[in-house]
Amino acid sequence: MFDWRWDFAFEILPRLLQATLNTLAAAGVGYGIAVVLGLVFALAQRTPSRIVTMVVRECVEFIRSTPLVLQIFFVFFVGPQFGIRLSPWVAGMIAIGLHYSAYLSEVYRGGLDSVPKGQWEACTALNLSTTKTYFRVIIPQALPPSLAGMGNYLVGIFKDTPMLSVIGVAELMQAANAIGGSTYRYLEPYTMVGIIFLAISLPAAGMIKLFEAWVRKKLGMN
Amino acid sequence: MEDMSQYPTELSGPDVPMVRFMSVTKSYGALTVLDSLDLDVSEGEMVTVIGPSGSGKTTVLRMLMTLETINGGVIYVDGKPLTHMEKNGVLVRADAKYLRRARSSIGMCFQHFNLFPHMTAIQNCMEGPVQVLGLPKAEARERSEELLSMVGMIDKKDQHPSRLSGGQQQRVAIARALAMRPKVMLFDEVTSALDPEVIGEVTGVIRKLVAEHNLTMLMVTHQMGFARDISDRVCFFYQGKIEEQGAPESLFGNPQRERTQQFLSAVKAAD
Ligand SMILES: Nc1ncnc2c1ncn2[C@@H]1O[C@H](COP(=O)(O)OP(=O)(O)OP(=O)(O)O)[C@@H](O)[C@H]1O
Ligand SMILES: [Mg+2]
Repeated sequence: MFDWRWDFAFEILPRLLQATLNTLAAAGVGYGIAVVLGLVFALAQRTPSRIVTMVVRECVEFIRSTPLVLQIFFVFFVGPQFGIRLSPWVAGMIAIGLHYSAYLSEVYRGGLDSVPKGQWEACTALNLSTTKTYFRVIIPQALPPSLAGMGNYLVGIFKDTPMLSVIGVAELMQAANAIGGSTYRYLEPYTMVGIIFLAISLPAAGMIKLFEAWVRKKLGMN
Repeated sequence: MEDMSQYPTELSGPDVPMVRFMSVTKSYGALTVLDSLDLDVSEGEMVTVIGPSGSGKTTVLRMLMTLETINGGVIYVDGKPLTHMEKNGVLVRADAKYLRRARSSIGMCFQHFNLFPHMTAIQNCMEGPVQVLGLPKAEARERSEELLSMVGMIDKKDQHPSRLSGGQQQRVAIARALAMRPKVMLFDEVTSALDPEVIGEVTGVIRKLVAEHNLTMLMVTHQMGFARDISDRVCFFYQGKIEEQGAPESLFGNPQRERTQQFLSAVKAAD
């Protein structure tokens, strides 16, 4: 069938698994950046300063309306012209983290907006500071409704890591390309990359659902 | 611009009220909700606010809790301005920092309780004392347990609000507000969202507060019988003004103004 060679498949498996670790690391680090930066973007859009709100809003819109691959190229190739020379890994993490932070900020925004007005008023009545109001009352309640969206983007960022291969980050796609380039066999590496992605994405989606239920329970909100 | 020099920067004299609304005006756009309101509440006094829907009752409490800014006049609490602060001998609008300190003597309970859903009953009560007053956890816990016992909720102290009935949630909310040791407590229709059979749980707690504590209280309610029982004074609001006020016996027993009579007979007919 299609000239599939098992011996070749087994031969390249270790290399692909090694690259899988890199892919997971890239997705993890990128997501970590996006989770934190996304929150910063979401909160910045709620400051009393109209200017801050508008500038952040426009940045988020800009990031969301341009392709990820362009942003990766931009950080990696245009950066040096301004004296910012970054390794493929650093450039890749910045680009993908920034890209997804724009999407996550929208998820958070929805979550924050879903917290009833009465919760803010109770915080004022108890005289909580703004920071404590956010971190102890509002964000914990904004979290459960945000988790589904956050989970989708976790899987999303994982599936987008192959784009980092364009600047030479040694993740799965790059490994498969390299194997193909040196052996002229593409069927096995690309098929295996697909299977690896599937084998991680599918259970991850299920686990996110479980996690969501666990958080809700933990916060006493069921 | 209002001439602020007509308002004292501080109230002095023998009987400074705990709360004073001085020519307070509140409007939303073109709609004037409260029109030059003057109202004093003495220390330890229980004042009840009644009136038709939309007459501005809730707004009075929300302004005092600093949940709404006012458009004219000044509110004083314990002799000091709440909505304004002194600057070079005149009052200017209070900034966020001043407001935070000024409102610390006021507590409020809401119609829909507004408990924090992700915290248990006792965590709700401890939140303010620990995070705002900086009390050690053990002390805050002790204070909270005392108050939860007082409102009859000590058995449920480790339950989240979603596991409590409305009456139980409202009692926890009262304990939470009291844990901050306010001088003035505000109750905005705290029984309106409750099933009839549990209203007594909450009014019972308020009765106890009136009987055993020297708290200054301002309460909005639709329960005329309750208002009559426990108030020192009742204010009837009509279209953003106090139409009539007085001791409960006289306001309910012998109302002077036609609008008060109409309102009271309408309420009686509905009962
Ligand atoms: N945020 C707002 N924006 C515009 N109008 C408002 C706002 N809040 C209150 N109002 C208006 O102010 C008026 C007084 O409202 P308020 O809530 O104080 O009435 P109330 O006496 O408490 O009535 P109820 O018995 O129905 O609770 C109403 O006409 C209301 O529509
Ligand atoms: Mg009201």
